[in-house]
Amino acid sequence: MALRIIDDLHLLDREYDLAIIGAGPAGMAAAAQAAAAGARTILLDENPAPGGQIYRSIERNSPARRSFLGNDYWKGKGVLKAFLQCDAAYLPQALVWSVEQGETDGKAAVELRVSAGGKSSIVHARRVVFATGAMERPMPVRGWTLPGVMTIGAAQIALKSSGLVPDGRVVLAGSGPLLYLFADQLLQAGGNLVAVLDTTPRSNWAKALPFLPPFLVSPYLLKGLALFAKVRRSVPVFTGVGTIEVIGQDRATAIRFQAKGRTEEIGIDSAFLHQGVVPNNSLANATGCLLAWNDRQKCFQPELDTCGRSSLPAIYVAGDGGGIGGALVAEVGGRIAALAACLDLFPEKTRRIGPLLAKHEKRRRVLSRGRTFIDTLYQPAVAFRAPTDLETIACRCEEVTVGAIRDAAARNVVGPNQLKTMLRCGMGPCQGRMCTATITEILADVQQRSPAEIGTYRLRTPIKPVPLREFASLPLTPDAVQAVTGDHSDRS
Amino acid sequence: MFRRIDKAADTVAITFDGIPMRVDTEQTVAAALLSQGISTLRRSVVGDRPRAPYCLMGVCFECLVTIDGIQNRQACMTVVRDGMAISSQSGARSLDEGC
Repeated sequence: MALRIIDDLHLLDREYDLAIIGAGPAGMAAAAQAAAAGARTILLDENPAPGGQIYRSIERNSPARRSFLGNDYWKGKGVLKAFLQCDAAYLPQALVWSVEQGETDGKAAVELRVSAGGKSSIVHARRVVFATGAMERPMPVRGWTLPGVMTIGAAQIALKSSGLVPDGRVVLAGSGPLLYLFADQLLQAGGNLVAVLDTTPRSNWAKALPFLPPFLVSPYLLKGLALFAKVRRSVPVFTGVGTIEVIGQDRATAIRFQAKGRTEEIGIDSAFLHQGVVPNNSLANATGCLLAWNDRQKCFQPELDTCGRSSLPAIYVAGDGGGIGGALVAEVGGRIAALAACLDLFPEKTRRIGPLLAKHEKRRRVLSRGRTFIDTLYQPAVAFRAPTDLETIACRCEEVTVGAIRDAAARNVVGPNQLKTMLRCGMGPCQGRMCTATITEILADVQQRSPAEIGTYRLRTPIKPVPLREFASLPLTPDAVQAVTGDHSDRS
Repeated sequence: MFRRIDKAADTVAITFDGIPMRVDTEQTVAAALLSQGISTLRRSVVGDRPRAPYCLMGVCFECLVTIDGIQNRQACMTVVRDGMAISSQSGARSLDEGC
């Protein structure tokens, strides 16, 4: 058996048992598991090759050529192999821009609208797993929109997928496990790293300490300490960095920051920023899945049961898109969600699927050990979550400043959705992805309410801009015709 | 802004704002341009400020360019093809430039 790669929307089947969105560890594992359980499975992914962000270009890369990517990256070869050998369909370079849950003959059914190769089409599935992964939390500082400034995740993607190393003097700034991991990869790949600015608040150590014991058995402990020591030997590391500003006219030329009460300035050619990752929940939000605030990870995530079932009966969420746990937890989470979906689809297979599901849930508990410690230690500083510098741009698309948002918040704006209509923040092409976290936290800060109460933008489909001609060419459903014309006859 | 540490098997010919260049195959438009030292791909819609690719994973929409006459394409999500004509965008879009 082998994966069936589909390169034309016409080759899609009329209906699938399970559609999986996203080809990272959760999506690939979910596809392999569902296909093995006998579900007619399709995986749709926006990227040209499987791997998601964490295992980006895993198919093409080899340890011989790019050993510096490290053992945790090469673990992706295992889940990739299972995916490539599974009896599922795979549609790469396909954007799922709308998911609607409805009913067929009294049973839950889902309609996905997909854009691929400049055309859109409708895919029908009985169940859907969102494996949409994580995105980097925005790190709004003055000058972060200048060319020469990118995220650390972006720099790592360039390295993994194209073997690109930043030219000239590089500074990494921020907090989270990726900071030192990428510093090490960059040094090994020959990058000219001149400083690491660690913004992890010193007070986080005391908060995280009670959660240390379970982390002591985590393989990430030794790895993290070794990386930290190794990077410190090669590059100046500034810890407890409080404020950061990127300086430049038409591109970044320097970075200014405060550490240990002193203001420092370093000349740069590029700066890479990072404040950890948050669930990429655009599709879940737009589909209407209930979201909940995770106060430890400081982000909104879909409300899920232990098997990944969302508030909508046909929609499941697996991996970091449902709450940050890392690649290995995502992989097991993909298996769990796929098995739960199969259990709901094929109740007659309960005896076979039940024990498998229990086994993977146990494995996930083991893999999640130490997560609370990591989350608490790397909880981003308030200064970067709810910035106070009035000139800093919060919404990059519509260029809305922190000052404008704080001003509106002080005038008792009800929430993020009303703020949109007042200031246009979140209404540009990124549809709020790059500012929603900042908006929620600033409103919470000014109005002294909890982020859970403030909420987040209510997203609409299409979750990314789609050309109008693709909308116009979609087949009309009888329901759509009736909604517009009142005509009951089937004209599709 | 970036340099390649190894060579790809093959190259394709593209243009950026009319300037012809050969870039490695099997990579995105954003990565290809960054490897040519080109980072500013557009000027912002509201403040007319230079902008460059930021997230490289399809989230931030900072890398929007016009590709073969179609506006607002995400350079980081589009794979380079031989003969591709890419152009930078300045300010807001208008309908008569293609939609």
